[in-house]
Amino acid sequence: MVKKKNSEVIVIEKADDMPPMPASMGSMRHNKTASWRSIRPIILEEKCKRCMICWKFCPEPAIFPTDPPAIDYEYCKGCGICIEECPFDAIVSEKEGK
Amino acid sequence: MKKVLTGNFAAAYGATAAKVDVVSAYPITPQTTIVEILSEIVADGLLDADFIKVESEHSAMAACIGAQAVGARTFTATSAQGLALMHEMLHWAARGRLPIVMANVNRAMAPGWSIWADVTDSVAQRDTGWMQVYCENNQEVFDTILMSYKVGEYEDVLLPTLVNLDAFFLSHTSQVVDLYDEKTIDAFLPEYNPKIKLDVKDPRSFGALTSPEHYYEFSYKMQIAQENARSRIKEVSAEFEKRFGRKYDLIEAYRCEDAETVLVDYGTIAGTAKDAVDRMRDRGERVGALKIRYLRPFPVKEVCRILNSARQVGVIDRAISFGHEGPFFTEVKAAMYGSQIPIWGFLAGLGGRDVSIADIESVVTHMKQNEPSNIIWIGVKK
Ligand code: SF4
Ligand code: SF4
Repeated sequence: MVKKKNSEVIVIEKADDMPPMPASMGSMRHNKTASWRSIRPIILEEKCKRCMICWKFCPEPAIFPTDPPAIDYEYCKGCGICIEECPFDAIVSEKEGK
Repeated sequence: MKKVLTGNFAAAYGATAAKVDVVSAYPITPQTTIVEILSEIVADGLLDADFIKVESEHSAMAACIGAQAVGARTFTATSAQGLALMHEMLHWAARGRLPIVMANVNRAMAPGWSIWADVTDSVAQRDTGWMQVYCENNQEVFDTILMSYKVGEYEDVLLPTLVNLDAFFLSHTSQVVDLYDEKTIDAFLPEYNPKIKLDVKDPRSFGALTSPEHYYEFSYKMQIAQENARSRIKEVSAEFEKRFGRKYDLIEAYRCEDAETVLVDYGTIAGTAKDAVDRMRDRGERVGALKIRYLRPFPVKEVCRILNSARQVGVIDRAISFGHEGPFFTEVKAAMYGSQIPIWGFLAGLGGRDVSIADIESVVTHMKQNEPSNIIWIGVKK
């Protein structure tokens, strides 16, 4: 199977090299969803109570349950769910590319 | 072991013999007793499978897709409106390359509400990428379910199969069915072990956004798989014959060798046509019958090989593509493109109306007396 790794993106050139069904050739690690992001969630450490609700709700998942939780900006797609769900208003949004 | 079984029992026993891991079904009309029998078999501990009860046929197919994707062998059954409700999921199963096997009791589409035979339900699913078989008797239903898993699970095929049986004429009619012993069947049908599956140790995403960059190639690969299936069906049928003594193929030609008139049919009409052929042969008429088993992959070469030596051909359809003609008639004509052999298109038995031996004889009489035409309604009360 020909797999060309071009800056972590797998490039498939021929039908023969593709799996029979539309299945990714590896995990979604290669699918850097951050490119879609228009807003950037930012966790305010002093307000954060470490309840990890944001970690539970992030659909990507792009939040690590560390102390305080950390956002992986390579995969965070900026959906804003974490901002909406944080019960302590500890996540704010910033416009991307400002 | 031989048993007297209805088609519904033959289908349920076929899935049991194939040792399916998961059965998912919606139990209310238009469901048949196929899944009811299976639920009892599972509840009695005679089949080590999970029976997933769902809220619709759409969900039944979705559950089979999920289970098959992790490497389970799955089965479901449906009929008419239920199959129609599955339509979206049929595409997901086929393009997801999941060799699910489903029994479909061919029933007419409502309205008027009907529980009688007509193949409009399955023909309407023609382009979903599923293989489709039409059975003539209950033994064929049982055998075809076993063969369909084997064909579908080949790495160069990986396609689901719809096994069709006519409502009442098979589903509720008892016939002798040879069930064989477990050992013989297990030797024929090995365990399902797909290379690519949902597996936490080898994470992948399935069916995600596919750009024009790749979608085209996936369609190309689907077509190659259908073409590979043609030879796999022949191979598996040959092996089946060796082990079980019954012969199957993409088609079945009955007394066609020297036939001047060949009648093309499928499903239970094929059985009646054989009797009609015998009667006409007794009167010295050179008539044969060609049963088409597979609508997809359509056996173009095989059909042409038989029909090319005929003088005239009549196709009998138990469905109509409104605004055009009988669906199998269209397929046969397309396969015969370029040939000078005249072809007639007959409609018979829509909505479960009986198609008698006399009806089939009347088809041949009609062909003697009339110019070829595309739509001839046998027995319609005009
Ligand atoms: S914005 Fe969405 S994707 Fe990004 S961290 Fe929050 S929940 Fe996750
Ligand atoms: S939900 Fe808010 S308070 Fe809770 S861990 Fe996340 S950022 Fe902190």
